Amino acid sequence: MNIHEYQAKTLFEKFGVPVPKGATAKSAAEFDAALATLPEGPVMVKSQIHAGGRGKGTFTDGFKGGVKFCPTKAEAKEKAAKMLGNTLVTIQTGPAGRKVQTIYFTQASDIKKEYYLAILLDRATSRPVIVASTEGGVEIEKVAHDTPEKLHKVFVDPAYGLADFQVRELVFKLGFTGAEAKNAAKLIRNLYTMYWETDAAMVEVNPLITTPTGEVLALDAKVSFDDNALFRHPEIVALRDLNEEDPKEIEASKANLSYIALDGNIACLVNGAGLAMSTMDIIKHFGGSPANFLDVGGGASKDQVVAAFKIILGDPNVKGIFVNIFGGIMDCNVIALGIVEAVKEVGLKLPLVVRLEGNNVAAGKATLASSGLALVSGDTMADAAQKIVKLVAA
Amino acid sequence: MSILITPETKILVQGITGAFGAKHAQLSLDYGTKVVAGVTPGKGGQFFEHKGAKIPIFDTVAEAAKKTGATVSVIFVPPPFAADAILECVDAGLELAVAITEGIPVRDMVRVKRTMLGCKTRLVGPNCPGIVTPGTGKDSNGGCRIGIAPGYIHKKGHVGVVSRSGTLTYEAVFQLTSKNIGQSTCVGIGGDPVNGTSHLDVIKLFNADPETHGIILIGEIGGNAEVEAARWIKENCKKPVAGFIAGATAPAGRRMGHAGAIVGGAEDTAAAKIAVFKECGIEVAATPSDMADALLRAAKAKGVTLS
Repeated sequence: MNIHEYQAKTLFEKFGVPVPKGATAKSAAEFDAALATLPEGPVMVKSQIHAGGRGKGTFTDGFKGGVKFCPTKAEAKEKAAKMLGNTLVTIQTGPAGRKVQTIYFTQASDIKKEYYLAILLDRATSRPVIVASTEGGVEIEKVAHDTPEKLHKVFVDPAYGLADFQVRELVFKLGFTGAEAKNAAKLIRNLYTMYWETDAAMVEVNPLITTPTGEVLALDAKVSFDDNALFRHPEIVALRDLNEEDPKEIEASKANLSYIALDGNIACLVNGAGLAMSTMDIIKHFGGSPANFLDVGGGASKDQVVAAFKIILGDPNVKGIFVNIFGGIMDCNVIALGIVEAVKEVGLKLPLVVRLEGNNVAAGKATLASSGLALVSGDTMADAAQKIVKLVAA
Repeated sequence: MSILITPETKILVQGITGAFGAKHAQLSLDYGTKVVAGVTPGKGGQFFEHKGAKIPIFDTVAEAAKKTGATVSVIFVPPPFAADAILECVDAGLELAVAITEGIPVRDMVRVKRTMLGCKTRLVGPNCPGIVTPGTGKDSNGGCRIGIAPGYIHKKGHVGVVSRSGTLTYEAVFQLTSKNIGQSTCVGIGGDPVNGTSHLDVIKLFNADPETHGIILIGEIGGNAEVEAARWIKENCKKPVAGFIAGATAPAGRRMGHAGAIVGGAEDTAAAKIAVFKECGIEVAATPSDMADALLRAAKAKGVTLS
């Protein structure tokens, strides 16, 4: 689960990670009150959406930049009015962009130097890793590729926790001295505590900055959480912003389906994540384009199949449907009955190819054959994939 | 032979009184697997009954193992309690814990994995379909089925299958059995980013098993476990190996069902992994329908008989 920058910074403050002073506004009427909480002087105006690349983004009406430096509060108010309610397109949003529903004003800081700091899981060691670099404010992938020696990493032993010597190692490698070193050490330690205690999946600060007065501040904040751990963090769940999620994905999660919208035109309904991914792959392999990832899980019920069909058909780009079920334990006939019921309920004007295999498959195929539905059967995954690609292309 | 488990292996089931655990305990008993104990704290002294079998239930894993001789546990405990269930197996000194549970928090698994360092207990999973060593009876009955895989699609033989995904494993096994090619053992290592046994661990076991003549290695996007296994195969494994990677069309940064299936960087895409497979002499299946055929091609090239 992702949260907004302003929410992440509220968490930072709670854990003792210093951030520039800031305030949010969700309507133009709130601009003055928000700006009044900041000291006089330059202000940053920041569009709040769950996507990176905001500063270099462009709004659909042509206004450039989702993050702006403004020398005065008056100008900040003017720029904020252009962003709020407008749709921002960045390298991460896709061409549709995201509607900006919250503006975050922050006091503009004097920057002495920019750094990079992140904490995430290192899969190879199964331990948290803290990644830090003196190359802040730029794309970290580029730093990793071009100058890997400028990327410093410490791996945290989960039995002991983050050790002091590891914090010192990072602080010295980043070249901090004096008061800055002390402040940076405290920030790193507190950020790690937040990462660990909130079950974060990733915490990224880019840039982390120093100011001429020796402060060390998190100028930006990107935080995501482990979905599996949300059950023990109701305070994090409360931060979820449904405006940032695809309505079809929200509906799917209510039906306990794992659904991700893509931009193709062949909808997929599959059981199992691995099979669902490779169903998308095989469609592409035969020249088609998948409209979604949809895993109905290992023990899908008839109701779930009906819900899945409704979600799939809610996508206007869909020109055909591919149902691929390997019923190991799951009864193929249950799936077949679900398909028949779903089609009767929601209607079907698109080509449908069904590949059923596994437990009680004969009964499932008989159910489909006697239903009178205009569907096409596929024998293997390859056979079925070729059939749906051909039908959609026709 | 086989790896990890044999038809003689004695199994205990943690969470045997839950609907999911009970159903699969029954299916394993039907398959002929030696399910000898159940564990549900607070229900010790009761029995799990199925078709005339009376399986004793214990409060703790240690007691269940001691009284019944079980050496392997299969875990169906809900996610908030699953990490604790795994550690209970470690404490009881079991040989193997197979965690089926899906949705265990990453932080819990990070701690479990650290705690298990140097312990004799091996963990398979979590979020996995389990392990099957097929038997010689009808529909491969008489084998050892741990977890949730359909037993009947298997056939006793000489191909080892290792995968993160349940349904893709079934797909591969079904293709093999349809071609009359049997399996030595099929291992689902699970779709989570932090898991116990890796692709490489299983490959090493298959390589050392004289009854395994060929291997199907199924992977997906995310992490570098498949790459690590492929590089080892290149240096050490003479057996024919076929590989498949799911997720070539997955968009970057999105979690594709499995918590571990997320493209983080350039190294863990499907294309990058497939390139390494090819470079390491692994016969790559172009589509999931091609997995058994890919292994047949690899076997033919090395002059190995699979059936």
